[in-house]
Formats: sequence, structure tokens, C-alpha cells
Amino acid sequence: MALMRYAEALNAALREEMAADPSVFLFGEDIGRYGGVFKVTKGLMEEFGESRVRDTPISEQAMTAMAVTAAMTGTRPVLEIMYADFIPLSLDALVNQASIYNYIWDGKVKMPFVLRTQGGGGSGAGAQHSKALDSMLAHIPGIKVVAPSTPADAKGMLKAAIRDDQPVVFLEHKLLYNVRGEVPDGDIIVPLGKAATLREGKDVSLFATSKMVVEAVKAADLLQADGISAEVIDLRSLRPLDVNAIVTSISKTHHAVVVNEGWRFCGYAAELSATIMDFAFDELDAPVARVTLPDMPIPYSEPLEIAMLPNADKIRAAALATLK
Amino acid sequence: MKNTPSVEEHLEIYRKMLMVRHLEEGLGALHKEGRTRGPIHRCDGQEAVGIAATAVLEAGDKVTTTHRGHAVYIGKGMELRPVIAEIFGRETGACAGRAGHMLVADVEKGVIGGNAIVGAGIPAATGMALSMQVMGQPNVAMCVFGDGAAQTGICHEAMNMAALWKLPVVFVLEHNQFGLTVPSDVQSSVKDISIRAAGYGMPSEIVDGNDAVAVYRAVGAMAERARRGEGPGMIECKTYRLEGFSTSDMGGYQTKEEIAAWKARDPLKISRDALTADVDEAKLVEVEAKAKADVDEAFATALSDPMPQFAIDEACNPYSEAH
Repeated sequence: MALMRYAEALNAALREEMAADPSVFLFGEDIGRYGGVFKVTKGLMEEFGESRVRDTPISEQAMTAMAVTAAMTGTRPVLEIMYADFIPLSLDALVNQASIYNYIWDGKVKMPFVLRTQGGGGSGAGAQHSKALDSMLAHIPGIKVVAPSTPADAKGMLKAAIRDDQPVVFLEHKLLYNVRGEVPDGDIIVPLGKAATLREGKDVSLFATSKMVVEAVKAADLLQADGISAEVIDLRSLRPLDVNAIVTSISKTHHAVVVNEGWRFCGYAAELSATIMDFAFDELDAPVARVTLPDMPIPYSEPLEIAMLPNADKIRAAALATLK
Repeated sequence: MKNTPSVEEHLEIYRKMLMVRHLEEGLGALHKEGRTRGPIHRCDGQEAVGIAATAVLEAGDKVTTTHRGHAVYIGKGMELRPVIAEIFGRETGACAGRAGHMLVADVEKGVIGGNAIVGAGIPAATGMALSMQVMGQPNVAMCVFGDGAAQTGICHEAMNMAALWKLPVVFVLEHNQFGLTVPSDVQSSVKDISIRAAGYGMPSEIVDGNDAVAVYRAVGAMAERARRGEGPGMIECKTYRLEGFSTSDMGGYQTKEEIAAWKARDPLKISRDALTADVDEAKLVEVEAKAKADVDEAFATALSDPMPQFAIDEACNPYSEAH
């Protein structure tokens, strides 16, 4: 075990996978000489050279499309898109290219690329640098979307993503990079598509990913003071979704709060609610509660931004309401 | 002259161009009978580009093409039957009927795909070249794209990166004068799109796209250069789309005079005239008859092939366990 920041855990995963497999290479804006604006790729260009760690021009559309075909022709690219807000520029490559070829070419191509990006609010970055666009990505068939919340999962899931033969969008969070946690030593792989129970509880289940898991754990602490036992499930993977973990937890607590930092309407929380209806309706004692961003742009000024972001207090309030 | 195809190579190019012409005419006839499904984008009159450009490629090289890619599919070595069966949605199609005529691929043959998002083939070939460079492979990627695709934003992004990193990619611009119904001079700020190559520090050349030998020479030289690690280049092949955008095109925007002028310069005629200097008339007639017979046989076989059965693709399952 070693105490590591989330960003350092990602860096370790990249270093280990690049050392083990010469077909793994990285490209993205500012990732080489500078080491990435969030320092995730620090030192990797020095270690692996300029062919395998490439600083790119500001060309997200073509870069994403190039990751798709590079992956189909013998390499395992890891592309960094600096902000999730830039994902709309990558969408043709994801929706019309990456998602279709395995199926329409009758299973004859593999597409082992990872698109790393980071989203989320709370840092004063404004309306074009703060969004979580999880649902837009998780909507696309044939692409995995994961969002680890801890340094250990960040490392183990990035290693799993690089070794996966399907495209994986790997969602990080700008406010998680400096979070420290214990990371197991060695070649530890955390399988994609498996949720983790972070806190056992019996009254209400809180489901979240990424930074919202941190808020859900805080909410569970607040609820404990209210005399309520909350279970916290870190979904870790948005697609494929560990629906069994969801059903198992709801079968115990009969109450569910789903938390997502994206917009509410047609959002990932809406998909979770519908999934719970599909698979666990008979276990529910109350409607599923959603905690999300309101359906509006993210403002800049601190009190405005903080007021709109989902947090522990809002999760607690939703849990209390569903238990009434 | 360097990079000139041998007589045998030219005869093979001619044979493939004939097959593609018969393929396109056969599709046109079947469309009239109501036996095709969805739009079909024919490349009649443009065969020299797709066939002669891919004739310079080696087995390990890769090519991406447009929604009008039949000549590239055949040029890069695909057989007629899987191509035709794919066009008719058959189980025996190159992609088991899932792709349709615009998105045909044969990964083993290096045809990594038709692409019906105009412009998307440009970064696609560039990404394959990136993969080749990272892995130190001695191969090249080729992108056959149109004058419509040349106007997309992604074209600029991909060409800049290709030239910046000296990627082994050859950009073959199949300038057929139209983007759907709109003529190139209404879409493009310049007549000769390849002058933009200079803006990326890439060499370029303009050739008669209806002259298979000219296409072969120019593309061959550019491919050799890319294979030597000297970076990408662009060949602009001037040609003409004789049969409209697709089978759904109602026409009316191409003048009879213009069509007649380009028909007089049919790539099949240009190649045949050139070949008569070295090949007996009897041999040419034999090749022509064989090409027609092969296409007729492939149509007959493909049209009687079975249709595929639908099944949910488990690789797309949104849940991590079967549900």
C-alpha cells in the first residue's frame, strides 16, 4: 500500500501499462513537455519519448477520430481531452465511428482506446469548463464509460481500461486529482462494470459516481447523526452498469437516492431511476429521489456555482424526504 | 518513366475498372427494377482514381474511402461477391449485411472502410498512419476523399497533424466537381484544392483523374515518399461524377454538354487506347468479356445468397451482467 493522490495513481497506471506494452501511447494537449494541465502525465514523455507521448495541436475532433482508427490497427492509444466540456467536439468520432465498427464489421475489429477526460464543477472555471456530460457519453452503445472516485480505483480501472478491447471513456474530476488515498502495490486491476459498497446501511441506498461519491459518503455521516443508516454504493462504471449491485442494495433498504453531477432532464440520474423501476420496482417503498444539477448553465461567481452543485446537504435532504 | 505501371499492371487496372463499371451499371439497372435498398452512390466515370491509386499499395497498407467507394473496395483486393452481397444486405456480404454499400470494410485486405460522414475518412487514415509510425511499421495509409470532404474542419485538423508528425499517409483527392448537388466552385474558395497542401508544408500534384496511368504515377511517387518517412502528400485527381449523387438524385443541375464532354474522356476509353499499343485486340476483348462475365456471375450468386438473422449485440449491453 502507498498513499497517493488520485492524479499520481493515474500516472502510475499509465507508466506501468506503457512499460508493459509498447503499443500503448498517449496523445493530447499539453500532456508531454508540461506533463498535463492536471499533471497526470508528468514525466512520461521523458521516460517513453516523443513518439509515444505526443503534445497535440488543439484538434479534438480529429484526435478522437484518429484514436479510433489507431486502435483498430494495432495500437492502444490513450487520448486526453482536457475538459469534458470539449467532448461535443469528439462526438462524431464516438457516435458515428467508434460505436459502430465492431458491430457493423461483424466483430472483425477491436478498438482498444481510452479517452481520458475530466469534468465537474466547483473550481470557478465557468460554463465551458465545469460540466459533467456523463449521460451524453453513457448513451452511446458499444462504448464503456467509467468514473472512479478513489485513487485506488483510478489506478486499477485505468489499467483495466487500457487493456480492454472496447473503447472506454474514462471520466476524472478536477476536484479529485489532489485527493489522497491508499493504493495497493503491484499490478492491481479493478474490473470495469463492478460497483463497490463503500458504506453498509439498512435504511436508504445512495448511488453515485466520481466526486458525488465523496458527497454521498459525507451525506451518510450527516444521516447517521439523524439516526438513519445509509448505504453508499460507488457505481464506478456508468456503462456497463452493475445493476445487480443496485438491486441487492435496494432489496435491503427499499429506498433509493441517485446522485449525478450532470443535468437532470434526460440525465444519468434519470437513467438510474428508470433502471431501478425496471429491475427493482417491487422492492421500493418510496419513489426514487434524484439529486442533480439544475437544468441550466453553470455560473462563474462562487456563491452562484456552489448553490447549484449537488452536495452532501442536498443528498441528505433527498434521503430524508424519501424516508418520510 | 519512374512509377509507370507495367503493361500487366495497367491491364489489371483496366480489368478492375471494367468490373467496377459493370457493377455500377448493374446496380443502376436493379435500382430501376426496385431491387436495391437505400441510396446507392455510383462512381461511374471515376474508376481510374480508386483503382489506380490503390494499385500502388502493398498488402499491409490501409485505405479509407468515401460513401462512393466501390472502386477502392475492388482496387484494394476485395472480391466482387462479398461486395455485391453486402450491397444487397446478404449474410455472405463482407460485413454480413450490417454495413451496407457505404461502409464496406475488409480488415484483412486493408480496406478500413467506406465512411459516410463526409470528411471522417481523413482523420481515419491519419490515425492509421499514426499507429504505423508508433509501431515502426513500413506501411502507408491512404485516404481517398472528395472535394466536398475537403471543405470540412476536420480535414484541416487531420492534415496539420499528418504533416506536423510526418505521418505515412497519402491524401488522394477525388475531385468529382460536386458535393451532392452543389458544384465545387460554389463550395470552395479555390479551384485547385491541392494548393492548400502548401499551407501544411505538404507536397501536392494535380493529375488527370480519368487517366489511370497518370493517377498511378503520381500516387505511387507520393506513397514511396511517405514510406521513406518523408511525410504525407496530396494528389488531386480531376474527374467527374457521371451518374449523379445517388440513386435518389433527381438530376437537373448537370448540363448535357458537360456530361458529354466528360464521357468523351471516359477513363475506360483512355486506358483502352493506351493499352492497344502493347496488347493485342483479341486479348483486350478477352479481358473485357471476362470482366463482364465475372460481374454477372457475382450478381447472380450474391442475389441468391441468404439474408442474415437479427440478434442483439451483447457487446453493446449497457449492463455488466446479462439482463
